[in-house]
Amino acid sequence: MQPKKKTLRPIVTGSSVLGIKYKDGVILASDTLGSYGSLARFRDIRRIVPITKHTVIGGTGEFSDFQEITKILRQKIIENQELVESGKEEDELLPSEIHSYLSRVLYGRRNKFNPLWNDVVVAGFEKGKVHMGTVDLWGSYFEDDIIATGYGTYFALPLMRKAYKKDMERDKALEVLRDCLTVLFYRDCRTINRYVFAEITKEGVNITDPVEIETKWEIADWQEGKL
Amino acid sequence: MQKGGFNFDLYQRNVELIEKNNYKVPKTTKTGTTIVGVVFSDGVVLGADTRATSGPIVADPNCEKIHRISDYIWCAGAGTAADTENTTGMISLQLELLSLSTGRSPRVRTALTLLKNFLFRYHGYISAALVLGGVDFTGPHLHMIHPHGSTSTLPYISMGSGSLAAMAVLETGYNSKMGEEDAKSLVHQAILSGILNDLGSGGNVDLCVIKHKSMEFFRNIDTTNSKRKFRKKLPYMFKSGSTKILEKEIKEKMEKMEIVNEKENEIEELEEL
Repeated sequence: MQPKKKTLRPIVTGSSVLGIKYKDGVILASDTLGSYGSLARFRDIRRIVPITKHTVIGGTGEFSDFQEITKILRQKIIENQELVESGKEEDELLPSEIHSYLSRVLYGRRNKFNPLWNDVVVAGFEKGKVHMGTVDLWGSYFEDDIIATGYGTYFALPLMRKAYKKDMERDKALEVLRDCLTVLFYRDCRTINRYVFAEITKEGVNITDPVEIETKWEIADWQEGKL
Repeated sequence: MQKGGFNFDLYQRNVELIEKNNYKVPKTTKTGTTIVGVVFSDGVVLGADTRATSGPIVADPNCEKIHRISDYIWCAGAGTAADTENTTGMISLQLELLSLSTGRSPRVRTALTLLKNFLFRYHGYISAALVLGGVDFTGPHLHMIHPHGSTSTLPYISMGSGSLAAMAVLETGYNSKMGEEDAKSLVHQAILSGILNDLGSGGNVDLCVIKHKSMEFFRNIDTTNSKRKFRKKLPYMFKSGSTKILEKEIKEKMEKMEIVNEKENEIEELEEL
């Protein structure tokens, strides 16, 4: 009998990815942890990667599958590049096209009962506007101005929905993301206090180096019964 | 009569009913809920939504989830509605008897112990997750009680299906120097976050502010999520002539009546015997 060669369960996992649109573009954020169950195994992985000059993807879930997705998409870009150079295609693949292609790949895999166990955020700049959306391991395609995956849907989405305003300022968007990441650090066991931000504007993609965010621990001083 | 311990006498019969007799287990009315408690400088604020669900249906759009344990000790409950109501009711009675027999005003800590010991005995089968808050002569207290009987003491708490959405608001908004208005506003926003983002929570916001020898209950302090947008002005009045008359038939009332003296006949029958 042949051994099972299909994805059974995620092994090395990444937690939430958050994304929010603002006046000049979009910002994605995630932490840099690859968990091995309850072990904080890989403390400096990149779960947000650039695909083209104007597109970025972020991944929650099985990290090896996310690396595979990155490979598949970058291969697609190279193929498209060859077509552009030979004059058969107009231009570089747009973020919405990458997003659409990825959703077909993931849906096809789910139909074969061998999913790429991820929840991917695709974000980019095209035709003067931001495109942002998500695709998950079942192939569900979704576009929105605020995106959160993993535990972020429960903790970050309520906060982002309250704070989001169309064409908000960059500082406000960063503040909202920092608040959400902090809450996730307090309440999601599979996170660390080390984050990466990816900003996409009409100029292109800018992914920061890992930073730490201050956390409040004043409740440690709280004493029961004191008025 | 068995004293203490667990009584699982009906377990066998329940299993047989479900397996052999195709017995349909009655649906429990759950309070898919958002409940919240926050300690501030002078006391505690408790908050709750008002939706009770039975599976995917809203059984009660405006139920009361904040229960009275004693005058200045109140308890918000998530889980099975019957369990939260009856558990808090029972402990409320026990606490009153205890306070009468000891001659002292009840403590929050006592209610906590009574509740946790009761729930532990039932090993989580009584599905009551509670946020217990109050001010007694030792100060303000806030506790969370899980269905299995474990408790935690914290300055801010959220429980129920909407607890994650509410906790996100509490974590960003809480500070130890809060006053009454800040605490009320924070609890309000936390419950609203649960109502808007969790499908098991909805309806109105209830608030309960407890301070030293003072309790204010704000029932339905926020009803923006349950106002019907389009509503005809009451009372329903239809102008005379709005309904078209198609046919008319007038029947004469019968004036003739026959009076039968029943009593006379009864006596005649008896005499015959």
